[in-house]
Amino acid sequence: MKLLSLEVFYVIAGVFLLLVAAGIAADRAHPKRWGSALFWGLLAVTFLTGKSLPPVVVGYLMLVMVALAATKQMGFADKAGASPAERTASADRLGNWIFLPALLIPGTAVVGTLLLSKLHWGDWWLLDSTNNVTVTSVCLGAVVAVGMALRLTGARSIVPVGEGGRLVETIGWALILPQMLAALGGIFAKAGVGPVVADLAAHALPTQFPFVAVVAYCLGMALFTICMGNAFAAFPVITLGIGLPFIVQQHHGNPAIMAAIGMLSGYCGTLLTPMAANFNLVPAMLLELRDKNAVIKAQVPLALSILAANIGLMYFCVYRF
Amino acid sequence: MIKLIGILVVALGFALRFNTLLVVMVAGIATGLVAGMSFNEIMELFGKYFVENRYMTLTVVLMLPIVGLLERYGLRERAETIIRRTKAATAGRVLIFYTAVRQISIAFGVNIGGHAPMVRPLVSPMAEGAARARHGDLPAKTSESIRAHAAAAENIGNFFGEDTVFAVGAVLLIQGTLHAQGYDVGLWALSLWGIPTALVAFGLLVWRARVLDRKIAQSVAKPEAEK
Repeated sequence: MKLLSLEVFYVIAGVFLLLVAAGIAADRAHPKRWGSALFWGLLAVTFLTGKSLPPVVVGYLMLVMVALAATKQMGFADKAGASPAERTASADRLGNWIFLPALLIPGTAVVGTLLLSKLHWGDWWLLDSTNNVTVTSVCLGAVVAVGMALRLTGARSIVPVGEGGRLVETIGWALILPQMLAALGGIFAKAGVGPVVADLAAHALPTQFPFVAVVAYCLGMALFTICMGNAFAAFPVITLGIGLPFIVQQHHGNPAIMAAIGMLSGYCGTLLTPMAANFNLVPAMLLELRDKNAVIKAQVPLALSILAANIGLMYFCVYRF
Repeated sequence: MIKLIGILVVALGFALRFNTLLVVMVAGIATGLVAGMSFNEIMELFGKYFVENRYMTLTVVLMLPIVGLLERYGLRERAETIIRRTKAATAGRVLIFYTAVRQISIAFGVNIGGHAPMVRPLVSPMAEGAARARHGDLPAKTSESIRAHAAAAENIGNFFGEDTVFAVGAVLLIQGTLHAQGYDVGLWALSLWGIPTALVAFGLLVWRARVLDRKIAQSVAKPEAEK
C-alpha cells in the first residue's frame, strides 16, 4: 500500500485546475471567458480521470483543446495583482521568513529522495518508490509549502488558487505542449520514423573514416533530438543506426565512451529546439519573455560549442581507451 | 521516406508560425495516416501518451499556487533586497553560482532546481537585482535577456550534471540499450565519461555569464553616451 503516489498529486492538480476554470467561468469581465474555462476544465478532466477514461476519449478531448487554442478562443485579462508597494511592504514585514516555504520545496526533494522513499510501516509505504521518487517528493514539497506559506502570510486559502490561476493563464496553452510533443514522439516511434532517418544519414556519409563516423553519430544525435524534442527518443535510434555499426563494429571504438558522450550530444540538440517545450518554451512564458524563442537564442552559443567539444572529446577518446 | 512527413510538417509549421499545438497535432495525424493507422487509432495513441506524460505538466502546475502566493507577498522583492546587499554579486555570478550548485547536487541524485520553483521566484529576480544594484534601472530588453540566460543556466546545470557520478535515468537507458545489443558496459564507466563534458559545459557557462555581464554594462552605458 502506498500512501502518496503520483495519482494523489494528479487529483490535487486536477482540483486546482478545475477551480481555475470555475473562476474564469464566473468572471464576467474575462475577455475569452468560455473558451478559456473550457480549455482548463478539459485539462482538469484529464488529470482527475485520465487513468480511467479510454485513451481514445482523451484523444478527442485533446482535439477540442487544440481547436480552442488554434482558433484563439483563449486569452486573459491583465488583472492588477498586488501593487509593487504592497509587495515591498509585505516583503519588509516578513523578512527572510518568506524564503522558508520556497526553500522547503528543494528541501523536501532532498529528504524525500534520500529518506522518505525508504519509510514504511510493514506494507504501508509513505511514498510510491516504484516510479519517479523525485517528482513525487517535489509535489509533496509544493503542497506542504502552500500550507506553511498560508500560516506565515495569514493569507486566505483562496489566494494561492487565485494567484496560481493568474500564472496558469500567463503560461496559457503552452502548458500542455510538453505532453503533446511527448505524444507526437510516441507516434513517430510507432510509425518507424527513426530507422528511416538513421538509414539516410548512414548511406549519405563516408563513414569509412573514423572521424566521419564520430561526427555523424554526434550530429545525428543532436539533429534527431531537435526533430523529436527528446534525447532519450533519439538515443536508441541513432546508436543502433549509426553508432554501433560504424564506431564500434567497423572502427572498434569503446561503446561506453561513445554512448555517454553521444547522449550528451543529444542534450545539445535539446537546448536548440522548440520541440523540447518544457525546457525552452514553457520557461519563456513563465518568465514573461516577449520572444518565445529567447531561451533557445541564449542557449545557441552554449549548445554549439558543447557539441563541438563533444565531437573532439569522442574522437580523441573513443578509439584509444 | 514518406514517413518523414511529420518532421516536414513540424519544420514548416514552426517556420510559418502556426499555432504550435495545431502543428504538433497535424504532424501526428499525418504521420499516423501514412503509416496506415486509422483516425481513431491515432486519437487513441495521442490520448494514451498524453495521459502517460502528465507528470511533465504536474510539476509545473503544482508549483504555481505556492509561487503565486509567495510572489504576492513579496518573494521576488526580498530576493532582490538580499542580493543588493551582496557587494560582489553580478547577474552573471548569480547564474554561475546557481549552475554549479545545480550540477553538483543533481550529480548526487538530488534534483533541487526547476524553472517554476527556482528560476522564476528566486534565480531570475536575484540576477536582475544584482544587475540593478550595479547599473540602476535596466532597459526592458536587457532584463529579458537576463531572464532568458537564467533559464539557460537552469537547463545547462540540469542536463550536464545528471550523467555524472551517480547513476540515474539516462545512464540506465544507455546501459539497457547497449545490453539489448549484446554490449555490457558498467554504470561507473558511463558516469566517468560524462564528467569531461560536464566540466566543459560549466566552463562555457562561465564564459556566457561573463559576456552577459559585459552586455548589461554596455546596454546601460549606451543611452547615457547618446545624451
